[in-house]
Amino acid sequence: MMHSDFHVVSAKDLCLTFQTNDGPVHALKDVNLQIDKGDFVSFIGPSGCGKTTFLRAIAALENPTSGELTVNGTTPELARKDRAYGYVFQAAGLYPWRTIARNIKLPLEIMGFTRAEQNERVERVLKLVDLEGFGNKFPWQLSGGMQQRASIARALSFDADILLMDEPFGALDEIVRDHLNEQLLKLWSSTGKTIGFVTHSIPEAVYLSTKIVVMSPRPGRITDVIESTLPKDRPLSIRDSQEFIDIAHRVREGLRAGHGDGANDA
Amino acid sequence: MRKLFAVFTVVLVIVAIWYAAAVKMNAKWAYDQAARAKVEISFSELVKDTWAQERPVLPAPHQVMTELWKTTVGKKITSKRSLIFHGWITLEATLLGFITGTLLGIALSVGIIYIRAMDMSVMPWAIASQTVPILAIAPMIIVVLNSVGIQGLIPKAIISAYLSFFPVLVGMVKGLRAPDHMQMDLLKTYNASKSDAFYKLRLPSSVPYLFTSMKVGIAASLVGTIVGELPTGAIRGLGARLLTGSYYGQTIQMWAALFAAALLAAGLVALVGLAEKSVLKKMGMVR
Repeated sequence: MMHSDFHVVSAKDLCLTFQTNDGPVHALKDVNLQIDKGDFVSFIGPSGCGKTTFLRAIAALENPTSGELTVNGTTPELARKDRAYGYVFQAAGLYPWRTIARNIKLPLEIMGFTRAEQNERVERVLKLVDLEGFGNKFPWQLSGGMQQRASIARALSFDADILLMDEPFGALDEIVRDHLNEQLLKLWSSTGKTIGFVTHSIPEAVYLSTKIVVMSPRPGRITDVIESTLPKDRPLSIRDSQEFIDIAHRVREGLRAGHGDGANDA
Repeated sequence: MRKLFAVFTVVLVIVAIWYAAAVKMNAKWAYDQAARAKVEISFSELVKDTWAQERPVLPAPHQVMTELWKTTVGKKITSKRSLIFHGWITLEATLLGFITGTLLGIALSVGIIYIRAMDMSVMPWAIASQTVPILAIAPMIIVVLNSVGIQGLIPKAIISAYLSFFPVLVGMVKGLRAPDHMQMDLLKTYNASKSDAFYKLRLPSSVPYLFTSMKVGIAASLVGTIVGELPTGAIRGLGARLLTGSYYGQTIQMWAALFAAALLAAGLVALVGLAEKSVLKKMGMVR
């Protein structure tokens, strides 16, 4: 256990099998990974590679079949009770009957924060995601990108050290997505949170991450872990640099290798 | 304005067909009378007669409207012949039945959501309950309750609740289950309790479904109450007016009671609609 105290998330020989009518599905097989404090880790791979399942296992939304998984040195369930992480889903999932401010208060109400503390926190996280002054609007009055920012604010409101994001910008167009990526990086460097980020997009993964985890399906497994050499300060223009292109190339190679067990994809 | 014109046209066509049908259906009586008196009647005399008979097979629209006017505005509301008096009797039982039925429907739906045994067992029974003809059940309920000394408002309200709980049950089960997996997972990440999930997510999600079902439910409630007034030979209520009308061949009275019931139903549904609008607006769910 001494080992896992150093890592925010540590997976050792992690396996997760779903029993379905068509037989067992190996969503994760022998996954070994360490995530350190302050890391921005992206999980990339085709559908069925287990990237979302791994994120959900960290959040204790799925139960591993075997192997060891610790979050903040303890079990995922206990970590959740300690409010270790905030989770952002692909859809914003805001309640249509609550204003933006009251949506952000939802976890705070459940966790028993006082009224004054709730208001103070709502103000603070709205500022973090650049939505000041939108607290009294209803979700339908905001664009898709703003709604997703509100959902990030909701995940940040109770000061979890880990932010788990499951394709949070997958449903948004590229221009909005670029803008949100830039904002997310800013938020990450100003708050020092540890972020786990699932994505389909190679440029998104390379632009955001300090560590890129390339995964492949059937069974879901890690094929490559790339430590990014890009500097922490990243303007959008960095995506045209040779370094960026080289890393993206390695990710693409990793994805192709994962698909390589059948020659049909050549 | 165009919409109003369309509605007006449809109404006009219906009234025209109605008048024509009244001539056709009441003609036999007019001809028989003429034959007995050994006189020939012209077409205009025929029309005049068929639209003004005392006990027509099909009363003309103006006869029904006159009767409706006479028995609502023209009578004191304490009078046994006032439709407002009878409508109130029916309305009382309808409202009591509707409230009971709605509460029962909500309670059963909550049980179905949270108790697996109820999930497996209640729905088939609820569906079966609605396939039994209410006309067959109503007299039994009234007779059984009468034998234990309960009569008047309560038995009618029970029949009314029997019809109105079902749409509420179906709507609320759907509404309480409306939140998707993602929504439930999100609450799980907050370690939310079952009661948090119910009050903060499931219940608000179900509100639009509840109002839709209540609109169906309140109309069913009125039907239930009127049916409940028929078999006992009740002397009060719109159902009783329908019944006495049919005993004595008072077709005009029957049609007037029928119209009163329809107006009452429309008013009640509109009232639920108004409540729906204001609640959803308050919740921020109306754009």
